[in-house]
Amino acid sequence: MTIANQSNRRAYNYAYLDEQTKRMVRRAILKAIAIPGYQVPFGSREMPVPYGWGTGGIQLTAAIIGPDDVYKCIDQGADDTTNAVSIRRFFARVADVATTERTQDASIIQTRHRIPEAPLGPGQIMVYQVPQPEPLRGLEPRETETRAMHAYEEYGLQYLSLYESVAAFGRIAGGAGYPVLVDERYLMSPSPIPKFDNPKLHQSEALHLFGAGREKRVYAVPPHTDVRSLDFEDYPFEVQSWDEVCGLCGCGESYKDEVILDDAGNRMFVCSDSAYCGDRRVAGHAGPMAGHALDGLATGDDNTDDDAAAVGIEA
Amino acid sequence: MTQVQSDGPLLSVKSLHHYFGPLAACRNVSFELRRGEILGIVGESGSGKTTLLRCLSGQLAPTSGEVLFASRRHGLTDIFALSEQDRRRISREEWGYVHQNPRDGLRMRVSGGANVAEPMMMNGTRHYGQMRALSLDWFARVELDTARIDNKPRTFSGGMQQRLQIARNLIHGPSLVFMDEPTGGLDVSVQARLLDLMRALVRDMGLAAIIVTHDIGVARLLADRLLVMKSGDVVEHGLTDQVLDDPQHGYTQLLVSSVLQI
Ligand SMILES: Nc1ncnc2c1ncn2[C@@H]1O[C@H](COP(=O)(O)OP(=O)(O)OP(=O)(O)O)[C@@H](O)[C@H]1O
Ligand SMILES: [Mg+2]
Ligand SMILES: [Zn+2]
Repeated sequence: MTIANQSNRRAYNYAYLDEQTKRMVRRAILKAIAIPGYQVPFGSREMPVPYGWGTGGIQLTAAIIGPDDVYKCIDQGADDTTNAVSIRRFFARVADVATTERTQDASIIQTRHRIPEAPLGPGQIMVYQVPQPEPLRGLEPRETETRAMHAYEEYGLQYLSLYESVAAFGRIAGGAGYPVLVDERYLMSPSPIPKFDNPKLHQSEALHLFGAGREKRVYAVPPHTDVRSLDFEDYPFEVQSWDEVCGLCGCGESYKDEVILDDAGNRMFVCSDSAYCGDRRVAGHAGPMAGHALDGLATGDDNTDDDAAAVGIEA
Repeated sequence: MTQVQSDGPLLSVKSLHHYFGPLAACRNVSFELRRGEILGIVGESGSGKTTLLRCLSGQLAPTSGEVLFASRRHGLTDIFALSEQDRRRISREEWGYVHQNPRDGLRMRVSGGANVAEPMMMNGTRHYGQMRALSLDWFARVELDTARIDNKPRTFSGGMQQRLQIARNLIHGPSLVFMDEPTGGLDVSVQARLLDLMRALVRDMGLAAIIVTHDIGVARLLADRLLVMKSGDVVEHGLTDQVLDDPQHGYTQLLVSSVLQI
């Protein structure tokens, strides 16, 4: 897949990484798909963004992207944050792909915090930016020990965090990175997605790839794989819910962000998935705050922004 | 599951040697331990007590020799002939290990209650209410204030931390508990109460225990039999009263007389 870039874009290989590196990452991805939930080591490269900005996810995307892909990138649930915009421009520039904000139109969706509300279908690939791939790390600092626990399927330790949560809050709290058991075998951290999104991983039709740049690990949930969130018999797994509907589109089921409106403490809840919310509004749905200043957000393709300087790349 | 003969030995150690490079930390150690029996290992600093305990508890493979343990799943078998997975399971299900320093034996980042409940989770309990009830019960049994069950171990005193360790190592009903200087860093009055407690618990539960100590007083109070080590060798081995009242080996005589002078 060596695609020569035209005109002034010859300073880097197609999709930024050299072909040998991409092959190495692809081999790690294939292994990860073959062993759902297992953390495969890979030779993580320096990327033109700091760790914590999603270098793992960026490398996975670079290894799998091709010119026919349509790329979407979100931070929190939104497509328009600095981080998401920068990474999207990066791939528009180095991989010549079309970009979109519409989940349904994307073939690759890179994310840090959310799985989109719109259902994912066959052929779609989610790429997650993972800061800490090891779910047991907070409880067991020794790598040799956590490796043995995965090898021997000794996952009792993970329940310590659930125990602590129930002891402190009377329920299993914990919003993000809520541990799951993949294919009833490997314990996995689904990156910092809210536990609200955990059920979307179960028997998903899409392929989910997780990349941790600093920790040099790749893991995967292939399509149609069982993903079970851990819980206690007497404290079953539950997702967050909101009493309020989305102020803008009126959606009751979506994951909400709280927006403070003024100093008087007025606030509203809006869908964290801005593309989903926009689609609903275009389709005529309206919430109690419809018409508010925040309701000006348009939705649609944004294939126009690859002329801006992308995250430090010399053109 | 193999049927274990209840009259056979629980632990049988045969010609165990352990070398660190040229240094013989343990040399030709052999003994048997029956169910419910308490063995004390005494000896000066550097004589090989901790090394021996680590070999017996599967943490350190001996250079040569055998450690046979009568486990529920495998019967009397050399633990180092088993897979690491099986050895870890025996350790999790059938043993306890109380460290001299509570920081080595406790998880300082989670609450005292979680520390005590952990072995239940490790052995498959997935019911919070059951774990909570049993942890509270064990807090009371080791005379810890149940109101502090959700506090972190660092807010506990040294003696309380040792009680936490003891609860955490007994809650899953092991058949054998290893203790390395369990009263080491504690002041004398705290030590005495902890020793009474340990003696009562171990006797009540019919546990076998191997207790490493510098302290002849601890040995006399807790141990049925004594093994005296010096420079990696077992220099004397017998019933506690016999060894202490009529020491045969020069080193043991020295050890006993140095205590009497205090
Ligand atoms: N990991 C190691 N590597 C090299 N030598 C070691 C190691 N651990 C212990 N030793 C040596 O082995 C000998 C026995 O040590 P060990 O810790 O078993 O003694 P001990 O009887 O427990 O002493 P103490 O009463 O001070 O705890 C000592 O000479 C010690 O320096
Ligand atoms: Mg020692
Ligand atoms: Zn909305």
